[in-house]
Amino acid sequence: MPVVELRGTVALLGNFPALAGVDLTIRAGETVLVRGPNGAGKTTLLRLCAGLIRPESGSATVLGHDLTVERRTARRQVALLGHANGLYDDLTVAQNMRFWARAAGLSSGEASQRTASALDYLGVAGRLHDQPVHTLSAGQRRRVSLAALVVRRPELWLLDEPHAGLDQAGRDVVDALVSDAVAAGGTVVVSSHEMERVAALSPRVVTVSGGMVVDDTAGEYERPAGG
Amino acid sequence: MTPLASMSGRPVVDVRRFLVDVRLVAGRDLWIEARSRVVVAQVVPFALLVLILFGFALDADQRTLDTFAPGLFWVAVLFSALLAVHRSARLEQSDGTLDALRMSGLAPLALFLGKATAVFVQLLALEAVLVGGLLVFYGVEVEDPVLLIVAGVLAGATVASAGTLYGALASGLGVRETLLPILLLPVLAPVLISATRAFDDALGVAAVDGWAWTGLLAATALVATVVGALAHGVLIED
Amino acid sequence: MAGPDKRRDGTGSRGSRLLGVGALVSVAALIVLAFVATDADVRTHPTTGEEFGQFDAVRMLYLHVPLAVLMYVAFVVCAVASAGVLLRRTAWWDVTAYAAAEVGTVLCGLVLVTGSIWGRPVWNTWWEWGDVRLMTTLVLFLLFVGYLALRRTTTDPRLQARRAAVVALVAVLDIPLINRSVAWWENRTLHQQSTLAELKIEDLTLFTLMFGFLAFGLVAWWLLVHRFRVGWLEQAATDHDVAIALAERRFETSATDLDAAIGRRDNREDPV
Repeated sequence: MPVVELRGTVALLGNFPALAGVDLTIRAGETVLVRGPNGAGKTTLLRLCAGLIRPESGSATVLGHDLTVERRTARRQVALLGHANGLYDDLTVAQNMRFWARAAGLSSGEASQRTASALDYLGVAGRLHDQPVHTLSAGQRRRVSLAALVVRRPELWLLDEPHAGLDQAGRDVVDALVSDAVAAGGTVVVSSHEMERVAALSPRVVTVSGGMVVDDTAGEYERPAGG
Repeated sequence: MTPLASMSGRPVVDVRRFLVDVRLVAGRDLWIEARSRVVVAQVVPFALLVLILFGFALDADQRTLDTFAPGLFWVAVLFSALLAVHRSARLEQSDGTLDALRMSGLAPLALFLGKATAVFVQLLALEAVLVGGLLVFYGVEVEDPVLLIVAGVLAGATVASAGTLYGALASGLGVRETLLPILLLPVLAPVLISATRAFDDALGVAAVDGWAWTGLLAATALVATVVGALAHGVLIED
Repeated sequence: MAGPDKRRDGTGSRGSRLLGVGALVSVAALIVLAFVATDADVRTHPTTGEEFGQFDAVRMLYLHVPLAVLMYVAFVVCAVASAGVLLRRTAWWDVTAYAAAEVGTVLCGLVLVTGSIWGRPVWNTWWEWGDVRLMTTLVLFLLFVGYLALRRTTTDPRLQARRAAVVALVAVLDIPLINRSVAWWENRTLHQQSTLAELKIEDLTLFTLMFGFLAFGLVAWWLLVHRFRVGWLEQAATDHDVAIALAERRFETSATDLDAAIGRRDNREDPV
């Protein structure tokens, strides 16, 4: 069963057709790089796969759930790293992590354990754990945001510009996360302009432009007529 | 073992889990308030200020203040509630936390009840301080403290539930926060009337049946919470 | 009723023009009946022989009461349509809800004005806080002014439709609570009860009242039809815009020089 299956999927943002008919199939364990010019619909594509946007027409299935009716169920096994961090500025790193872990359904003990190990894995220094999030730098916040996703142990990872705002060390951590996730049997979709770093992971490359998939190294793709 | 091995989904219906979620959300909002102290340092002083300004604006002899105290109290509470509710809704607007909440699998009903509970607690604290303000600035006496407390609690619950619903409605892209007052205040007209009459009785200002009015407040609290719970989920989701 | 004429601009149609004429004629007839044909409310006190009563003010009855009833009908239609928006999600419910809300708000304003005029000679003021119906109507007016303000915010249309539907439903559900609290409040202040109950409504008075329902009913229906059509055309225009945007986006994609857009430099072969 494919992890993501989109057929002619159209998604609107207000009255604008951000996705104008996407055909895309992603199988379990794949690493996919999504690229394309600004305004192509990459972010919308990821948000759709995360179950945050309702497909206007066409079919869209993620992890076996039909996105026109079962978006909430689909989300539980998906982790989305968007442009924002999803952290409460006034709470500390530890409080944020604990909240998101508990919100994901973990028991108190599990939450503490996974939180500590995730923060460690993402290289968030121990001295920062009791600092309010708003005192952290942008890069540190990004790491905390990723740590919160790691705690959920999703089957599908959707990372929108994960390298943005991170220093060299941070980018290395993200790369390690992607390969570890795939090694653990997960599926990773990354949207990025940083071609070289992601290329090193030998991903499948899907190119999006004008709200549609225009190129796909998976092989079966053909360019539309007139191109 | 890497921290990334996959986790299966959790069960869909679980009452204990639900209550934990409500407490989780309420606790989070209250913790944020404890950290940022917006209600304590800004909203409560605003409410006291409203009471004091009314004192200036009216010819402040004791009898006038006595007569108007309950009404002015509840007007001050309603205005302040607008600020508290707006603040509560804004928490989910910054830094994509609403998206993260939708992704988390937290039941939308738990989100509503948790946020409404946090606002409720803040309103109760606000009301307590304002009663103190009435005692000090308006020189009223509390004749029936039980009635006062029950009416205050029920009115607070109604305002918290309706406010949380309308807060969600009047926040987000494309909607100005100036919309919140004109949407929420007319809906709360029955609360203003009922709570004022109940306080009239409790403060010995007028000969009315405060408990009958409190009964009406109980009905509004129930309706507000049920309707709010149903409608809030509709607004968050697409 | 068939849709608007295709060849003309605007929302008129044969049916709606007939309706409009009917409405105009009825309102004219109503005015004659209400202000000329019927009698003023003049009663003689049994013992003192003095004349009392509402005199000419009672003529407002023929306007105020039908308008009030029709106002409630409009708001109920809005509430039902709003429920439809939440349950069924199609555009028809949304357009109906918005149209009914606007018509209802206009009627509500008229109810307030006629109520105020009616009460003026009796109360000696333009506004009477003790009048339950007037107070409830005022709050209702404010509720729907808020609804219309929300409608004017430009945002994702589907989200806006849902928000407005919630506001309308809550507003209508709130009416009984408002009514109850205002009524109890009014009792406390011992104000005079209904100005309606003391009148004898029979014969010509009754007929004029019924006729008032008909006349204003036609006017309200006419307003609703046109307002609905405007909303429907707006919806069609938006759908059209979306379809065009969609086609344009697809066309751009296939026509653009993709190599230039994404800067490919590998040696993948073109499928030929």
